[in-house]
Formats: sequence, C-alpha cells, structure tokens
Amino acid sequence: MKHVAGKPKILPITGAGAMAQAMRQINPDVVAAFPITPSTQIVEDFSQFVADGKVDTEFVTVESEHSAMSACIGASAAGGRVMTATSSAGMAYMWELLYVAASMRQPVLMSLVNRALTGPINIHCDHSDSMGARDSGWLQIYSENNQEAYDNLVMAARIAEHDDVRLPIMICQDGFIISHSIQTMQIEDDAAVKAFVGAHKPYHPILDTKNPVTWGALDLQDYYIEHKRGQEQGMKNALRVIEEVSVDFAKKFGRKYNLFETYRIEDAEIVMVAIGSAAGEIKEVIDELRTKGEKVGLLKIRSFRPFPYAQIAKALSHAQIITVLDRSASFGAHGPLFVEITTSVYNYCDNRPLLLSHTYGLGGRELSMQMIEHVFAESRICLDKGEVNGRQGMWLNVRGD
Amino acid sequence: MNKPLTPPTLAPLGPETQLMCERPGTFSGGHRMCAGCPTGIFTKMLTRVSDEYEIVAGNATGCLEVASSIFPYSSWQIPWIHTAFENASAMMSGVEACYKSLVRQGKMTKKLKFVVMGGDGGTYDIGLQSLSGAMERGHDLTYICYDNGAYMNTGVQRSSATPMGAATTTTPVGSESYGRKGNRKDLTKIMLAHNVGYVAQASIHDIPDLFRKMKKAIDFNGPSFINLLSPCIPGWKIGADMAVESARLGVDCNFWPLFEVEEGKFTINYRPAKVFPVSDWVFSQGRFKHLKKHPEVVQAFQAQMDKQWAWLEMEEARTA
Repeated sequence: MKHVAGKPKILPITGAGAMAQAMRQINPDVVAAFPITPSTQIVEDFSQFVADGKVDTEFVTVESEHSAMSACIGASAAGGRVMTATSSAGMAYMWELLYVAASMRQPVLMSLVNRALTGPINIHCDHSDSMGARDSGWLQIYSENNQEAYDNLVMAARIAEHDDVRLPIMICQDGFIISHSIQTMQIEDDAAVKAFVGAHKPYHPILDTKNPVTWGALDLQDYYIEHKRGQEQGMKNALRVIEEVSVDFAKKFGRKYNLFETYRIEDAEIVMVAIGSAAGEIKEVIDELRTKGEKVGLLKIRSFRPFPYAQIAKALSHAQIITVLDRSASFGAHGPLFVEITTSVYNYCDNRPLLLSHTYGLGGRELSMQMIEHVFAESRICLDKGEVNGRQGMWLNVRGD
Repeated sequence: MNKPLTPPTLAPLGPETQLMCERPGTFSGGHRMCAGCPTGIFTKMLTRVSDEYEIVAGNATGCLEVASSIFPYSSWQIPWIHTAFENASAMMSGVEACYKSLVRQGKMTKKLKFVVMGGDGGTYDIGLQSLSGAMERGHDLTYICYDNGAYMNTGVQRSSATPMGAATTTTPVGSESYGRKGNRKDLTKIMLAHNVGYVAQASIHDIPDLFRKMKKAIDFNGPSFINLLSPCIPGWKIGADMAVESARLGVDCNFWPLFEVEEGKFTINYRPAKVFPVSDWVFSQGRFKHLKKHPEVVQAFQAQMDKQWAWLEMEEARTA
C-alpha cells in the first residue's frame, strides 16, 4: 500500500496513555479487558475512543481477566485482530488461558504493565508477573521508556500475526515508572501506523460456516507433542521476524531496534545486563564511570521470549565479568535473566567471563544511581579477585542484608 | 430397574418437529459418548432449528467436549470451539463480539447465531462467573446447560446441581453420610435474576418441547438460557436403555418441571396427569439406593419438590 506519511505528533504522555494511542491506531476488531492497577489508564483511554467512535472495535467489558483472555481467544479464533491490557494478578488470573492462546496459535496482542504479584499485595513495579509466564508460549518484548513501549506495540501485530510465527505477544512496560510517568514522545501519524501494521489475515476463522473447523480439540499422547513442537518452531522463527519488522520500522519511522540493545559495550570489561526502565539510569552511570576510565557497558534485553542466546553471547564475548540485574525472584534459584545469560554465555562463548547475579527492585523498591555504581564497584572487586564468591546472588537495597 | 416406569406422554409431532427430521444434522456418529448417553439428542438439533441463520457452537470442557473432539477426529459438522472448563461463556462472548464488529465494519453480512454448551459442573459451579458476565452483558448467545447432576466426566464427583441424598465419589455413603447433604442450587432462578429474556427448563425425553425451546432460545435476539435434564448412565447408576425413561420420571415427579419464562412471563409447559412420588424416581437409580435406610431424607426431598412446584404455580399465576 502506498502511503504518504503525515506528520507525527510530539506529545507529553504517560506510558499507559501511549499504549491506548497505539491501540486506537491499530484499531483492533475486539478488545476484551478488565481494569487493574497500573494498566487501568490503557483501558479507560481506549473506552473513550470507543465512546467517541474513533475505532471500529467491539469492546467487551468482561467481569474478570480470566474472561478477558477467554474472550480474546474466542474473538481471535473468530478471525479478528484482538487486544487486551493487564497487570500482575490480572495476568496471573489469565494464566490457564495464556497457554491456551499460545497453543491455539492465536496472535492476541497484550499490553502488559509489569507489577509485583500479590503476596503481600503491592501495586508497584517488578517483573514477577511476566517472568512467571515466560514458559507460557507468549512472545515477550520489554521496553525502557514510553517511546519504546509505543513503538513495540505498533510492531506487535506484524510479529505475532506473521505466518511463520502465529503466537500471542505481550509488550511489557514497567508499572508506574513508565505507565504513569509523562514523557515527551513521538506519536506517529495515524495513517502511517495503519499502513505499517497492515490488515489482519484471519486463519481458519470459526465464523466461516462454509468451511467449519473444530478449534480446541482434545489432543492426547499421539499428537500433543507435535503441536507443542510447532509452537517452539514459531518461537524460533520469531527471532528472525522481530529483526525484520524492526528493520522495516526503522525505515518507516527512523527509530532502530533489535533483539537487544548494547550501550558502550565494545571495549567493556564489565557489562551489566538488565531489562526495562532500569536501563536508562544504568546508561547514565556508565557515562559517568567512563569519564573516570572504567570500561563499563550495558546489554538491555528487548526480546526475552524468544531469547536470542547466540546473538547475546556474541555481543558479550569480550566481557570479563557480566553482572545481571533481575527484577524478579525465583525462590531457591537464580533470577530468570541470570539463568538465561548464563546459558547463553556457557553455550555460545569461547571465553568464560565471571557471572554475577543481583536481585533488585521487587515491589517497586527504587534503584538509585548510587546503587548501580555500587554494583559496578562490586563487579570490579570480583573481577580483580578473579571470583564472585561471597558476592553471588545479592539482593540490592534490602533492610538487614 | 430396567423395565419401563411410566406410560409414554409424548405430544404428537408438530410441523416444526417434522422440519427437524428433514434438515441436515450437526453432529456425526463415531463419538466416544457412553452407550445410552442422551447428550447427542440435543446436539443433533442445533442446525435443525432454523434455515434463517447458521450456528457457531462452543463447549465447556466436559463429557460432550472430550467425547466429540479427540484429535484428529471431530463429530462437529459446524464451526465449534473449546478452550477450557470454566470460561465457555466468556470465550463465546469473544466470538460473538468479533462477529458484531465485522458486521458493523461491513466485512460480514451472513446471519449467525451462537450456542454454548456445558454440563452442570462447567455451568452451575466453575463456569458460573463467566456465564453471569455473558448474560449480564447481553451477548446474542444461547447457553444450554445439560444437567446430569455431578461432574460425570471426571468420575461422578458432586456438583452444586447434585440432588439431595445422591451418592457421588466425593459424597460417598458411609456410617456418617447418606450422600449429598442439603438442597441443590437452582441455576434457572439465578438466570432469571439476570433478567435474561428467554429462560427455560427442558428435558431430553420430551423432544418436541425441547426442539421448540431450542428454536425459541436461539431465535431470541439477546442472551437466552436452557437448563436441560440429561441423565447420566454411569453417574445415576441406571441401565444403558434408561436415560429417556429416567428423564421422563424426573419430570413426572416434579423434580424437573418443564417451564419457560419469556420476558418475565412464566409458562408451565407440562403438568403431569399423575404426579409420581419422588421416591419412585429416586429408587429407580442406583445412586440413591442407600436412601431406603434414610426415609427422612426422601421425605425432605419430597418436601423440597412440593415447595418448588408451588413456587412455580405462584409465579405463573403472578405473571399471567
């Protein structure tokens, strides 16, 4: 489709507001969602777009997140482009259906605002909601700030609905830190986004009564594993598709993305690995330390599922120590990001850098620049000693530690 | 236990029922339902109710679902979807919402109707919330609950629809137990409390009545609900040839009155010429046989049935 791009708008807007704008531009056939802090503004803003006739969407105001995901799967199987938004306990309540969406290869688009899981109840940011769902078969893309969250959602449909992928996708942003913070960012022209996203292609839609299909059959030991293997292939293919769509996005809108982002990493001895909004502060600390001669850098994850093991290992191949910051805990084990980075380095790097694991920020506990400096200093000590003993698996900024 | 209990009380076939016999069916043979299971009776009617629209169907997890769709086989000759146990109404809300959206956008013109099916476990219990949500939101869909009074698919565990005194694998009979205690949930009343435009109780033994109700429910523009008595051979511990007879006696003893409520107006569709005592129905089934030693439970059961019928008569008079 030929399109002359209109002018983008530079707007001060919250991360949640930006997601609602992307949803309006994508104009899905169906949205089914239930309000939960801190994702609520997405649903509220979108409801206004529905009320004002700015979208064609049928908005299903479900009575729970479990029903939200159920309705999304139904609508997607019916042949529609389908979106939802949620957080924390809301996604936990969808849990069973997350797996169903992935196994039925329904490319549902979710805007997830990361929030701590209850126990004790807490409304602030950490990644325990999405990290717990990392085996559910959903693509997971993380964002550092409002602009990235918006851009990622604009790219989401092209990735998830690609014939070689056909998997649901969650675009993650940090609760409150991104969702409720106003940043000045670029909202692209409506028609340009529409042209970029493209039309939705239904796949064996259940509304096609001429070609009746059975969706969701009982799948026993003679076929189940082949279908699961198919899901894995979709995930593998997604690595390529995410890169292709990101390249096309850069051509259209100028902002470049990849499976992950590196910052001043080329000659770095110490590389920090992190996800989400923490990357902004880490970059600032890196700039400061670089003026003092410290060779430090950052690798920021964008695609956590699929996880680009080989590509990341290549980027980390010169590091002498890799310090991983996890914003979720796997009790009795290392954090999920640390585990993936270790897997990546062990399998794909010739050298054996030291690997240091830190847990931070659970339930919204702040990550200050001083703390990041402290972690870099700890990493330097480990590197000088040639071992991480006594410093492995620390929790940052915790009383009594 | 296997001899016929009551004389047949079927109405003569009406013109609609004739049509039912002529239209093509929905549901092919070869499924894995138990011998004598009556569930296929209503599933076969789905495409026969009208020529004016086509049906898209969905199921909660349960006997009907697992027995009809073992990959790579399916008994469904119409579009059919299943995702989980407790969410069938929400799932179909999404299907219906997508249809509405596509029609509004001019991407679809044909007339479709949506039907959800679930057992009492998936409807009275684990699926009640999603059913309530779908009914309250007003989707154009029909929910058919085939009530066999327990979680039969997992091996006869009690549900909130299990009748008083019934032995199930989670309410077994023992020195301290006569089976399920207390009264069953009245889901039909709960649906009425949602102000659903068409609510009916039907039984698989009365095919003309069931067919008429299914047509009315599916024709209805908006949410509609049918609670369908559907005996379970192993769960009720009855002979494989006894499903229809057991359902008939359930109606004739007023355990399962046949009635419908259209926009709030009650109509009792069938008044037994002779109301059998509930003990006749109870003692025709193995799941109640221990109640011989507990006449007080049978008495309480009977009292509850009398109360239920009196309420129904009152409502019919009130809304006449």
